[in-house]
Amino acid sequence: MGNRPHVDFAFVGLPIFPYPAPMLPSPLTTWFQTQGWTLHPHQLDMLDRAQNPSTLLIAPTGGGKTLAGFLPSLAELSQPCKGLHTLYISPLKALTADIRRNLRRPVEGAGLPIRIEDRTGDTTYTQRRRQRTDPPHILLTTPESLALLLSYEDAPRIFAGLQRVIIDEIHALAESKRGDQLMLQIARLETLSPGLRRVGLSATVEDPPALARFLGPETQILLADPGPDPDIRMLVTREPPPWSGGGGKYAIPAILEQVKAHKITLIFHNTRAQAEIFFHNLWLANEDLLPIGIHHGSLSREQRERVEQAMVAGSLRAVVCTGSLDLGIDWGDVDLVIQVGAPKNVKRLVQRIGRANHRYNAPSKALLVPANRFEVVECQAALEAVRAHALDGDPRGPGPRDVLCQHILATACAGPFDATHLYTEVTQAGPYATLTRPDFDACLDFVATGGYALRAYDRWQRLMIREGKWTLRDPRAAALIRQNLGTIIDIETLKVRLKNASLLGEIEEGFAATLTPGDTFLIGGEVVRFDGLREMTVQVSRAPGRPPRVAVFNGTKFATSTQLSHRILTLFQQPDWPDLPAHTAHWLQLQRDTSRLPEPDRLLLESFPQDGHEHLCIYGFAGRNAQQTLGLLITKAMEDQGLAPLGFVATDYATLIWGLEPVTDAAPLFDLATLRQGVETWLAGNAVMKRSFRNVALIAGLIERANQGRRKSGRQATFSSDILYDTLRRYDPDHLLLNITHEEAMRGLVDFARIEELLTRIGPRIDLIRLPHVTPLAAPLFLEPGVVPIHGAARDRLAEDAARRLLREAGLD
Amino acid sequence: MTHPFTLGPAHLIALPSGALHWPHENLLIVSDLHLGKSERLARRGGALLPPYETRATLQKLDDDIEATAARRILCLGDSFDDLTAADNLSEDDRLWLTRLMAGRDWTWVQGNHDAGPAAIGGSHRAEIALGGLAFRHIATAQTPEISGHYHPKSHLPGRTAPCFLIDAARVIMPAYGASTGGLWCDHPDLAALMQPRALAILTGRRCLARPMHG
Repeated sequence: MGNRPHVDFAFVGLPIFPYPAPMLPSPLTTWFQTQGWTLHPHQLDMLDRAQNPSTLLIAPTGGGKTLAGFLPSLAELSQPCKGLHTLYISPLKALTADIRRNLRRPVEGAGLPIRIEDRTGDTTYTQRRRQRTDPPHILLTTPESLALLLSYEDAPRIFAGLQRVIIDEIHALAESKRGDQLMLQIARLETLSPGLRRVGLSATVEDPPALARFLGPETQILLADPGPDPDIRMLVTREPPPWSGGGGKYAIPAILEQVKAHKITLIFHNTRAQAEIFFHNLWLANEDLLPIGIHHGSLSREQRERVEQAMVAGSLRAVVCTGSLDLGIDWGDVDLVIQVGAPKNVKRLVQRIGRANHRYNAPSKALLVPANRFEVVECQAALEAVRAHALDGDPRGPGPRDVLCQHILATACAGPFDATHLYTEVTQAGPYATLTRPDFDACLDFVATGGYALRAYDRWQRLMIREGKWTLRDPRAAALIRQNLGTIIDIETLKVRLKNASLLGEIEEGFAATLTPGDTFLIGGEVVRFDGLREMTVQVSRAPGRPPRVAVFNGTKFATSTQLSHRILTLFQQPDWPDLPAHTAHWLQLQRDTSRLPEPDRLLLESFPQDGHEHLCIYGFAGRNAQQTLGLLITKAMEDQGLAPLGFVATDYATLIWGLEPVTDAAPLFDLATLRQGVETWLAGNAVMKRSFRNVALIAGLIERANQGRRKSGRQATFSSDILYDTLRRYDPDHLLLNITHEEAMRGLVDFARIEELLTRIGPRIDLIRLPHVTPLAAPLFLEPGVVPIHGAARDRLAEDAARRLLREAGLD
Repeated sequence: MTHPFTLGPAHLIALPSGALHWPHENLLIVSDLHLGKSERLARRGGALLPPYETRATLQKLDDDIEATAARRILCLGDSFDDLTAADNLSEDDRLWLTRLMAGRDWTWVQGNHDAGPAAIGGSHRAEIALGGLAFRHIATAQTPEISGHYHPKSHLPGRTAPCFLIDAARVIMPAYGASTGGLWCDHPDLAALMQPRALAILTGRRCLARPMHG
C-alpha cells in the first residue's frame, strides 16, 4: 500500500476481475480504481460468502488475507451503523496497530463512516475506558485483551450487536493454549451475540479440516491459489559442516556472499543463543561492514523496534532472527530467507520461506544451511518434504483443562453464571467439543473450592452458589483475577544492565544463577562481563574481545517432527545417496559398512567400549524431548540392574549412554510397561515435571504471576511452585492439577507419547549390535553439549565445590 | 550437615531444616512459621493454595524437636499468618501443636503478622533476652541479636534456598514455614544490616556456607 508494500494488503498482480466488484460499496470501488488496485479471486469469494456462519481462508503469505477478511465488514459498514460490528484478533500486538493504519487508508480514502481502533496492553487507560462505553465499529485486539474485556460486567452490553469476528494467523494461535482460550471466548461471544459470523485467516497448514473444526462446527474452507512452489535449496559450501554442534559458523563466508547478492535477507535460527553466537561471528567476518541487525524475543523492546524500523526503512541488508519474526508484519523487501540449522518441522519451514518475496504469484527464495553433518541428512529430507507438499504437524489433543479453569474464573468475574449453561457454551468451542460434564465439573470444583481431598475451604470458597448461580464469594477478588488472565507464561527472567543502567535485554533466571563474577556471555551481539546480581538485575560491563561463554536463553528447543524423522529413516534405506553432498554420503556408507543404518520399523542399538567406558547408543529418532526422557528412564533401569551408568546425552535422533558395564540384553530395558511405571513413579519428581506444573498452576489460577512491581517490593509474595508441587504429590496425589500436569508433560516436555509410538511401531524388532569401538553415526554424539550426569548427588557436589571455592576466595575458610 | 558457629557467648548450631539449636540452653529457635497461611489467603479472596502447609511445617518442627530433644522452644514471630489464622487452625493441626507444646517451655515472640497473643498457650513476649543474646522478630541496632522477619534466600550453582545470615553481631533466621517466599540476601535492607564478612548458610539437605556479599 503506497510506498510500503504490505503483506496482507497486497493487490499486486494482474487484474483478474473487472470492476466493479460485487457487493462492494461504490466509494470503495472508486477508491480502489484510483489506486489502480484489483482484488484477488479469494478476496471476492470472501465477499460472496459474507453470510456464512464460519469461514476458514487458507492463503499463502502476501495473498491479501487480512483485507479478504475485512471486505465484508467494510461493505456492511458503508451503511451507518451503531456499536461494535467487527472484532479482529491477532496473536501480535504490533500487528493490530499495523492493521489499523493500513485499514484506515482505504476507509478514509473512500470517505466511509467507519471508526477503527485497537486495544492491547499498550492502549491507555482513558482510551480503554472510553472503548467500553462507546465501542468503535471495528476493534482490533489480542486474545489476552479480549479475555480482559470479556471479564467485565458490561461485556454483554459491549458485544450485544457484534456481527463478525476475524481471527488472523489462526494457524499459529491453534498451536498453543492462547488459541484454546480464544475459542472459549468466541463461544462466549456467540452467547452474547447469537448469529455471530466467524472468519479464520491461516497460512498453509497440513490439516485444514482440523483447523476448521477448531474454528467452529459449521466452518467452510476456502483455499486460495497457493502460488508457485518456492525456490529452495541447500547452501553448498566449500568447507563441509562440522560433525556436531549448531550455529552454522562454518557457512558464514558463503552466507555473506548471499547477503551481498540480495536486497534483504532474513537469517533464521532455531534458538536465541545460536542467533547470538552466529551474529557475533558474522560481524567478525563482515569485512564489507554490511548493515546487519539481530532480532529475538530476549532483546529489549527498544532494541527490537530499532531493528524493525531500520528494516522497514530499507537500511538493513540482513537480520539474524528467531521465531520472533515468524509472524505477520511485513519487514520490507525481503528477497531471501536463510534457515540455519535443521528446520525440525516442515510446516514451519514452509511458513518461514513465505517471509521472502511478499509478492503474490512470485516464488519465494530460500536456502537451508545444515549446522552439522547429521543435519545435512535432515535438511535433505525436509527439502523432499517441501517439494512433495507434505506438511507435518502433530495433532493437538483436546482443549487443556487449566485453560478451562481460568475461563471459568474469568466468566465469574463478569457476573453470576449457571453451570449447565456454561458447560453447553464451552462445548461449542472446537477444542472443547468432546469435554465431558464430569471433567467440566471437576474444573468448576477446583475453581470454587480448590478441589482438595481435605475440604479446608468450605468457608472460604472462591465461587459459591447464590440464587442458583455461581458467583465470586468476594467480589474484590475480581481485580486480582483479571491481573492474572492469559496463557502466555513468561519464564522468570532477569534484566541485564550496564553500569550506566542502560538495558541490554533479559536472561533466564536459571542461567543467571550459574554465573560467577568475571564470566562472559553474549547478549545483543555484544560480549559482556558479569559483575554481579543486584536486586534482580544482572549487572554487566562491556568486554569486547573476550571469548564469550554461551548465553542460555529460554529459546524453545523444538523436537524434529515425526514425519521428518520418518523421512530420514527412509532416506537411510536408499542404496546410495546421489542427492547428498559427497562427504555426507560417504559418512552414511561408512556407517553401513561398519555397523548398520537405522530402519523405520526396527530399533537399532549399538554397544561399544570407548575412552575406558562402555557405551550404548539408542537410535530412536523420537525427537529431542522423548530421547531425553528415554535417557532418564533407561539409565534408571540400568542402575537397577547394576550396570552403573554414569551419564547420557540426547539429540533428536539418538541417546548415548555411558557407564561401567556393557548392556548385553536390551529387551528388558525397553519393556513399555516398565518404562511407563518409571514415568509414573520416580520421574514424577523430575525438574521437567515441576516446570510443567508451574505453567499449569499459573494458568489455572492456583498461583499468581510474579509481577515486577511486587517482586521489587519484596518478601513472601511469591510461592515456590516446586514446593506446592511436592506438597500436592505428598498429601493430595489425585489432585486435578497434578492430573493436568501429567497429561501435559506426557505430550510436551516428557513426550512419552513418542516413546509409546516408537516401541509400539518396532514391536520385538530390537537389534543390539556389539562393536569394538565407536561407529561413524555415534561419533558426533561424543561432541554434543548438554550431558546429563545421572548420579543424584551431582547437584550437592557441584554446590559444595562452588561454596568452598567462594569461601576460599573471600578469605572466609 | 549442620553449621556450628558462635555468636557472642553462645555456641549455636544452624540446622539444615532452618532451625537454630542452642544445646547449652536446651533451646530450639525457629522463625516465621506462617501457620495458617493458605487459610488466610483464601479468606481474603485470593488463590486456594494446597491446605497442607501447616501440617508440613508442624511435621518438620516435630522432627527437629525429636532430633534435638530440646525442652525450650522459641518462635521468633510471624508464627501465624495472622491472629485469625491461629483461631482457624484445623482441629488436627491444633491438637498436633498442643502435643508439641506439652511439657515444653514454649515462647511466642510477636511478629508483624501476629502482633498479639494467640489463644494457643505458651508465653507471649514482644522480645526476650537470654544468655547474653537478644531475641526479637525484626533486627535492631542492639546486638548481639537473633531475629527473623526477612525470609532471606541465597543461591549457589544448582540451588536456591532459604538461608541464615550470620555475622559477628547477629543472626537473621530463614523462614521455617513451608511454602513461604523469600528476599534475596543482596537486597539493600539486608545488605545494610549485615557486616562485610557475613555468611549466608543455605538450608536444604545439608547446610552450605557461602559469603553473603558478592
